[in-house]
Amino acid sequence: MKKSVVFGALTVAGLAAGAAAAGTLDDVKARGKLNCGVTTGLVGFAAPDANGEWKGFDVGVCRAVAGAVLGDPTAVEFVPTTGKTRFTALASGEIDMLARNTTWTFSRDVDLKFTFVGVNYYDGQGFMVPKELGVSSAKELDGATVCIQTGTTTELNLADFFRSNNISYEPVPIETNAEAQQQYLAGACDVYTTDASGLAATRATFEDPSAHVLLPEIISKEPLGPLVRHGDDNWGDVVRWSLNALITAEELGVTSANIAEMAAGTNNPEVNRLLGTEGTLGEMLGLDAAWAKNAIMAGGNYGELFESNIGEATPIGLARGLNAQWTDGGLIYSPPFR
Amino acid sequence: MSDMSFVRTEMLPEKEPPANSVGVIGWARANLFDGVVNSALTLLSLAFIYYVLSGLLPWVFQSVWNASSLTECREIMEATWASTHGHACWAVINDRWLQLLYGFYPPYPATPDVVFGATEGALPAYFRPNLAFVLLLLAIAPVLFTKVPRQLLIVTAAYPFLMPWLMWGGSIWGPLMAAAGFGIGYLAYRILAPIAGELVAIIAAIAVPVIWWLFLAGSVAAGLESVISISIPEVESRKFGGFMLSILIGVVAIGASLPIGIFLALGRQSDLMILKALCVGFIEFIRGVPLITLLFVASVLLNIFLPPGTEFDIILRVLIMVTLFAAAYMAEVIRGGLAALPKGQYEGADSLGLNYWQAQRLIIMPQALKISIPGIVSTFIGIFKDTTLVSIIGLLDPLGLSNAIRADSAWNGIYWELFAFIAFLFFIFCFGMSRYSMYLERKLHTGHK
Repeated sequence: MKKSVVFGALTVAGLAAGAAAAGTLDDVKARGKLNCGVTTGLVGFAAPDANGEWKGFDVGVCRAVAGAVLGDPTAVEFVPTTGKTRFTALASGEIDMLARNTTWTFSRDVDLKFTFVGVNYYDGQGFMVPKELGVSSAKELDGATVCIQTGTTTELNLADFFRSNNISYEPVPIETNAEAQQQYLAGACDVYTTDASGLAATRATFEDPSAHVLLPEIISKEPLGPLVRHGDDNWGDVVRWSLNALITAEELGVTSANIAEMAAGTNNPEVNRLLGTEGTLGEMLGLDAAWAKNAIMAGGNYGELFESNIGEATPIGLARGLNAQWTDGGLIYSPPFR
Repeated sequence: MSDMSFVRTEMLPEKEPPANSVGVIGWARANLFDGVVNSALTLLSLAFIYYVLSGLLPWVFQSVWNASSLTECREIMEATWASTHGHACWAVINDRWLQLLYGFYPPYPATPDVVFGATEGALPAYFRPNLAFVLLLLAIAPVLFTKVPRQLLIVTAAYPFLMPWLMWGGSIWGPLMAAAGFGIGYLAYRILAPIAGELVAIIAAIAVPVIWWLFLAGSVAAGLESVISISIPEVESRKFGGFMLSILIGVVAIGASLPIGIFLALGRQSDLMILKALCVGFIEFIRGVPLITLLFVASVLLNIFLPPGTEFDIILRVLIMVTLFAAAYMAEVIRGGLAALPKGQYEGADSLGLNYWQAQRLIIMPQALKISIPGIVSTFIGIFKDTTLVSIIGLLDPLGLSNAIRADSAWNGIYWELFAFIAFLFFIFCFGMSRYSMYLERKLHTGHK
């Protein structure tokens, strides 16, 4: 059996090599399923629930793309990837897109040959300290012991921040967020630093969250967004505009509750173009006219996704902050649909 | 005439031994309080055991079993014991134990239009992995215990073909045709051996099945499937997880590595130069590389070398890598056994006129394997525990799942309960293997007393 599977796989490989020349969009349509890379588990962004169903903010992006392309938000095969396997999984074609809270950086975009199609969450590195320490600014942390995940950009950011402010620190290297929570609570370090969203999620699990404060300084830019391979611009456009559709929907007040009503036609031409009752935007992408409508119906518009997964009503309780619409003073901004 | 009055004429009845040297007290004096140092150590140990248990037992037993989140767990603890410390929140196990055991394997793959999470079905939940596990026990029973009826060996022979079919589903004809390859090879040998001689027959016995598997088995299976369709719903490898995945990888690696290891060990001792060089090269290369590296090769490098869009099953890749890794270690363990045999055993076999394979089968291997049992079982246990490394390449084994469960905002921040549960299950399997090896050693310890 094993041998036959191997040879079967090789045969399939030969056939697939011929088919892979077609674009990713055609591959996804032919397969009837979107292979979406997610994290193996990050609170609020992607995690399987008790029934094995994936939920979260990044998962919402995958489902929106599946909705746009295939008309079915459940037609997603979630491929859990680790920090080490994510880029090869995408480069090798094992996954069609990666939505795994990945920071958009120069080298990833240029050197690793990926296309970041947008930003779905603006994050930044922050600090958490126990309230009893009486610290109100990261600049007062001279001589502090800091719990830090090794091998991440946070380690470099931390060194830069302390050096530029001429203060010293003692790093306590840790491997995972889980370990960090234990170390921090056990008092092995005075400060825990990682992405601000991660800090908020971590603090929410403490027995007494109010005994810990997040310091106001954010010392790095971490724009997180979905990415695809270089060289298939058509597919990149599909993912980019699926994300933009969610953002525009929030801006235009299109929600999963009123979308059926609005899809019948409104006085606002941009809403009509978005939902496919006017113009041929879907056709230009190689999708059907209701693509954006299906993407929004997958999990709601950007704001709804945010509120239901990581927003203030959830245990994680993140405020919109930088991730508010540009009309509300945030950075979330979509080019127009025309 | 001598005076014999000081000599007793009748035996005194036996007296009971002193009260402080028998029973519980005697045992304690002899074993626990035998001298000052011993007594001090005993008291220290008792204090330590009390310290550990006084913390552990309340944690395990004064615990919360029904809650929907860690926060609710803490509320219940606060209400019941007025403290959240020293109490376990087993509710997470209660909520997720099926996931920890089976991963995302659909509970009812028997019905064609399976609804995930369905609570009703024609067959009991998870019957496919469960049946595969029960069949596994039946298949290994005749191998492990001599008293089990020999007829069960049929199950053992069928298991390598039955298990993948049960687990992955699909048409029955695929595994059947794969099994038919072995039959074809045997037939080719029997037909050619009298006509064309031994060597040609052996070459044909290897070549014909390979050709069959490569070019014919697939289409024949498809043809038979279109005539008589016997198939069960397919389950993708991505759905595999939890202990099911650990056991699957462990069983395949253990089952396949022993025979491969034996051949590698024999190859390393062989006089055929190329064969020897190949075996030594393979063993030394695999043993010189960490398992994690091999897993990364399986998950990452193969992806780059194979044509884009290739669907070479990730679990299959991992199975192959773990098996090769285990086989290299197994080969060295068995080589140790071979080296421990006195030269006279080889010479004795030769003087009886046995050929190489007869000597190996009847004289050398039974003794070499017996000597190697502790090493073999250690390797088995090590491999079984090493299966948790697959979490690093994104497969959701129990440890990977524990991370995924913590990523649910309801259970974020829960550690010890998950790890305790996982450790408990691993302990059952590893302890079982260890006890079996001791039993086997006792049973086989006949010659050298």
